[in-house]
Amino acid sequence: MKLQFSPEQDAFRLEVRQWLAANVPKQKLPTYDTKEGFELHRQWEQKLFEAGFSMVMWPKEYGGRGCDLIDWLIFEEEYYGAGAPGRVNQNGQLLLGSTLLDFGTPEQKAHFLPRMASSEDMWAQAWSEPNAGSDMANISSKATLDGDHYIINGQKTWSTRAIYADWAFGLFRSQPGSERHHGLSFLLVPLNTDGVTIRPIKALDGEEAFAEIFFDDVKVPITNRIGDDGKGWHVAMATAGFERGLLLRSPARFQQPARRLVQLYRDNKAAADRDPAIAVAVSKCWSDAEAYALSAYNTVGRVNNGEKIGAESSLNKIFWSELDLLISQTAMDILGATGELLGSATLAQEHAYWLDAFLFAQAGPIYAGTNEIQRNIVAERMLGLPKK
Amino acid sequence: MDFTFSEDELLFRETIHRFLATEASPETLRDIWSGDTDASTLLSLIAEQGLSALSVPEEQGGLAMGDVAWSLMTQELGYHAIPDVFANSAYVATGLLTALDDSVSQKAELLERICAGDLGFAIGHSCSPLVADADSADTLLLQHADELHLLGAADVQTVPNPSIDFSRRLAQVSWNANPETCIVSGEAGGKIWNDTFNRGSISVAGQLLGLAQRMLDLSVEYSQQRKQFGKEIGSFQAVKHQLADVAGKIEIAKPVLYRAACSLENHHPLSDMHISQARNFCSDAAALAARAGIQVHGAMGYTWEVDLQMYVKRAWALNNTWGDSIMHRARVQDYVLNSDIDHAPSNTFEAV
Ligand SMILES: Cc1cc2nc3c(=O)[nH]c(=O)nc-3n(C[C@H](O)[C@H](O)[C@H](O)COP(=O)(O)OP(=O)(O)OC[C@H]3O[C@@H](n4cnc5c(N)ncnc54)[C@H](O)[C@@H]3O)c2cc1C
Repeated sequence: MKLQFSPEQDAFRLEVRQWLAANVPKQKLPTYDTKEGFELHRQWEQKLFEAGFSMVMWPKEYGGRGCDLIDWLIFEEEYYGAGAPGRVNQNGQLLLGSTLLDFGTPEQKAHFLPRMASSEDMWAQAWSEPNAGSDMANISSKATLDGDHYIINGQKTWSTRAIYADWAFGLFRSQPGSERHHGLSFLLVPLNTDGVTIRPIKALDGEEAFAEIFFDDVKVPITNRIGDDGKGWHVAMATAGFERGLLLRSPARFQQPARRLVQLYRDNKAAADRDPAIAVAVSKCWSDAEAYALSAYNTVGRVNNGEKIGAESSLNKIFWSELDLLISQTAMDILGATGELLGSATLAQEHAYWLDAFLFAQAGPIYAGTNEIQRNIVAERMLGLPKK
Repeated sequence: MDFTFSEDELLFRETIHRFLATEASPETLRDIWSGDTDASTLLSLIAEQGLSALSVPEEQGGLAMGDVAWSLMTQELGYHAIPDVFANSAYVATGLLTALDDSVSQKAELLERICAGDLGFAIGHSCSPLVADADSADTLLLQHADELHLLGAADVQTVPNPSIDFSRRLAQVSWNANPETCIVSGEAGGKIWNDTFNRGSISVAGQLLGLAQRMLDLSVEYSQQRKQFGKEIGSFQAVKHQLADVAGKIEIAKPVLYRAACSLENHHPLSDMHISQARNFCSDAAALAARAGIQVHGAMGYTWEVDLQMYVKRAWALNNTWGDSIMHRARVQDYVLNSDIDHAPSNTFEAV
């Protein structure tokens, strides 16, 4: 055990820090859940890509930098520490990207990954259906094999940023009569194909953050399938594992708000200290965020030694989503009477940041598999408790 | 940057685990708890394995094992509820003696004794009015302000103070601090006591984490066997989720404990805070494991009959040993809130 960075790692950190200092937009970009904000975030992604910082842990041939996961953690620390823009294409880059690296054919990797790294292609996830939420194996959207194509019919929902995205990936029932997790295929669908209709859904903050996708005889070549026909569940579970696990929510994503929360507390100390529970909560938020970082370095070390991350990624997901709630709730408590204000209000200072954080934190225990489902997974797969 | 244990360290833990599972079974503990035997048989078995020599320096014939490896060992000691005197002698007192200047005449001899299997050391620190194992110790290391005093059994009077953890032997100690018994004082003494307090604290942290795992294992086992409404109670989601939450507390506490151990071993400037942070996480895990453990055992959980009770009570007792939980929480809070440090995400391993 050695908890010190190598000179190479320090040099990498410095390089990232300097580049971000020179390039992070001074003015916060408008939310990527609007058309304008989405485009500006795409341009930022292209800038990151050109500097080689889009997907640092991908192989160079696919638009990455060939870094290991420790470097990725370092990158994330600098990225969030610098207050750089949210990663608009992360569902593609982090979730589908990992799946393609593991399961894609050489052609698929060569075609899709670089375009994803540069955000020339923007991706949306399409798993959920009206009757397949937590019970994802209940998927009923069909993909009927027809020569060298699939014909897709059905409906997906809650697809994040699908109204602006170029592509969607998800599971479709390709084997007629199949049930549950059998007979599903993992398909990539260009969203400009005939027969695709996208209807936005306003999220809690009023922005059209996710969407329903309707498929009406949508024709997709079989070369857009990842893994074998009918074996999509297996491929998707690997993706879900990554999502719950480290990649989607790196520790720095929580350490930065925790740092801001401490500052918010210090700036409002007299008011906050009227209730000693606030200081306790702020300290716990910081400490939990740091514990999550330590846990990440430990996990990455074990992954580098060849270990697989199992059900413990479910514990991670529960931990960060609950931490996110505590951080933003505590901030709202400190802001007190002005906490409800929108960013446009005259008295608003950092209010938009905290209100956005607070609203989005409400979704954390739901998306990427609800925390109830994660607790079931931990109990059954990690502790070995009986299924039914 | 490598936040992992070596294969040797993991193998060592595995070996210790198997040894203690045989020699410190719940039945053995029960005998100690009921007063049928004292801990000395168990302790001699442990010493015979050479475990008293683990952290003794090589000069005195020991293995010079550091705090990082000890963070695995203390979890095993907790898991098997090994009575205090082993960790306090072989780890905490050994650390204290090792830190003494070579000019202290008793240093080498005392370390050699520990190496040879003498586990009769008691340490009295100002964080508690009680000293564990003071009435049976042959050597007492006692704090008086910044001074460290070395006393023999004949030099002190002890009054036993029974604990809810029946394996504990707490006592009030009366003694006179005089120049002849003082072996270190001043700044050097203050530093030794600070390090000793930290080592005691992290020893307890590891034990609490091991206890949490033991309570979780016992609870999982029970909920796989006990049936109600025609099925195992472990199939009920309300039971599953309580135990999943315990698993969550345990998993997140591990890296915090390991980082603290690494800081202590390498004299990191933030060791104090890191150790208190580890204590907080390990305490939380143990407290929840105890509460959930009792709950899923139903009325059985409220009896003397189940083995669970020994681990639960030990966890409660250790929670305020080597610094109470308020002190450890306050130490972290003070660092986080009242220092003017900018807690940037890049600072996790830095001493800013
Ligand atoms: C912000 C956000 C973004 C999202 N983005 C996407 C996306 O891009 N693509 C996509 O496909 N989906 C997306 N989702 C959908 C998300 O994956 C689902 O919301 C989630 O899987 C839960 O499904 P559901 O909403 O149908 O809830 P339900 O499954 O109806 O659950 C309702 C409640 O019942 C509980 N429950 C259900 N089953 C059980 C059980 N067996 N045991 C205990 N409790 C249970 C749940 O935990 C929950 O509390 C997103 C959701 C949110 C909030």
